[in-house]
Amino acid sequence: MKFRRYPTQDHPLSRIALSLIAIGVVTLFLVLPLATVFTEALRKGLGVAWEALDDPDARAAVRLTLITAAIAVPLNAVFGVAASWAIAKFDFKGKQFLTTLIDLPFSISPVVSGLIYVLIFGLQGWFGESLREANVKIIFAVPGIVLATIFITFPFVARELIPLMEDQGRDEEEAATSLGASGWDTFMRVTLPNIRWGLLYGVLLCNARAMGEFGAVSVVSGHIRGLTNTMPLHVEVLYNDYQFVGAFAVASLLALLALVTLVLKSLLEWRFADDIAATHRH
Amino acid sequence: MSLVVDSIVKKFERFPALNGVSLTAPQGAFLALVGPSGSGKTTLLRILGGLEFPDSGSVHFADLNWLDVPARDRRAGFVFQQYALFKHMTVEKNIAFGLTVRAKKLRPPKEEIARRVEELLALVQLEGYNKRYPSQLSGGQKQRVALARALAIEPRMLLLDEPFGALDAKVRKELRGWLRAIHERMGITTVFVTHDQEEAFALADLVAVMNAGKIEQYGTPQDVRRAPKTPFVADFIEVQAGI
Repeated sequence: MKFRRYPTQDHPLSRIALSLIAIGVVTLFLVLPLATVFTEALRKGLGVAWEALDDPDARAAVRLTLITAAIAVPLNAVFGVAASWAIAKFDFKGKQFLTTLIDLPFSISPVVSGLIYVLIFGLQGWFGESLREANVKIIFAVPGIVLATIFITFPFVARELIPLMEDQGRDEEEAATSLGASGWDTFMRVTLPNIRWGLLYGVLLCNARAMGEFGAVSVVSGHIRGLTNTMPLHVEVLYNDYQFVGAFAVASLLALLALVTLVLKSLLEWRFADDIAATHRH
Repeated sequence: MSLVVDSIVKKFERFPALNGVSLTAPQGAFLALVGPSGSGKTTLLRILGGLEFPDSGSVHFADLNWLDVPARDRRAGFVFQQYALFKHMTVEKNIAFGLTVRAKKLRPPKEEIARRVEELLALVQLEGYNKRYPSQLSGGQKQRVALARALAIEPRMLLLDEPFGALDAKVRKELRGWLRAIHERMGITTVFVTHDQEEAFALADLVAVMNAGKIEQYGTPQDVRRAPKTPFVADFIEVQAGI
């Protein structure tokens, strides 16, 4: 009997070719660089890499990165939920404009975003004079780094939630209202449970970027070792000092954080697959 | 305690949805709003439920200026076309929702809520479905849960948007008779929207035939059928009966 293929099935050879290309590209552009980071870090052994991480400046960089993420991520989670709630569940003038505005940090070069903050809060900036008189330091200090990070990571939660909430429509909220629920009850018992997975993804992505942001933070930080260097900035400083093991050790730690985020996301997807499918309409 | 709708006008951005709609129905009436899509019938229903507000006109119900009562205080049980069940809640949580969100003083104790849920499940013939999720129910079952949820708040008014629209013919017939029976038993003023004149005429005490934001004719099914007032009504009945 002659072998028959389904009309939508490609020739086996082309399938193999396509898979090989995909695997090749992923290996070349994603796996190899990542592997290099770890091998370079461990080139002179685990001890040396560990010493580089135990350095006071490195520890300060890790601390600053964690503090920055700890401030930026919860704030953006709240902003993101509020903005997407307004956009998806209400009609108002300027809605389109708000949607565009939320995307702004994605379309602007991070360096420019950083410069904006320097122009506003820097010594020669709009508020520079009054801030100096009030003895408040924003640029070349932790507040500037946090602000820049918030700006850069603003879209992640909202971008994740707006399509999801628009897709879910307003029916359930209207039902809750007609059953006597207050706005707060409706949000806590109906809206929030329906978006919890989208929110979690948004927060994970937001966190990954908050820890990894380089451009904008680099402009506002001033690169003061042990004070205003985040992990990505510290990597650059070490690398430029020819301290390759140290640079790659910190980079490995940063990469590990990203990998943990990814693993966490996959684990959640796998563990709650049914639940995730149920809260999406289709 | 009758329902009086007076000269309701509602315009959406480009087109008028309701163009001066008035009708009166006695307490406990079973009223059908029937007409082609875009005739404004759903908009009128949503205004009664407090989910939409008219540009002008008034609604009086139960000796209240109904438009001044916020949606959450109206106790107007609304059954949505797509049911709008809370996807992440079990059937019993869905039905109990309206009771559990009440202010502490007005909230019945847990055992009382559980008892009411059981009662309603029996009423809609879904005993034993307490722990199911909406995604595990058929269309007809979802519809009945939606109705039980609306009835749980002891509504002053029951509003149904195309309640049988998404169901197959057999289930539709069954649910129809059963909705009528529930209405007779509870005597709640009920308004339902349908595009199916046969359904409207078979089920309702009063029928409002709507077209392009206006009520073309309002009366008992017998009167409307016997003496269509406008060519549109005559045509609407004719065309649909012909299918």
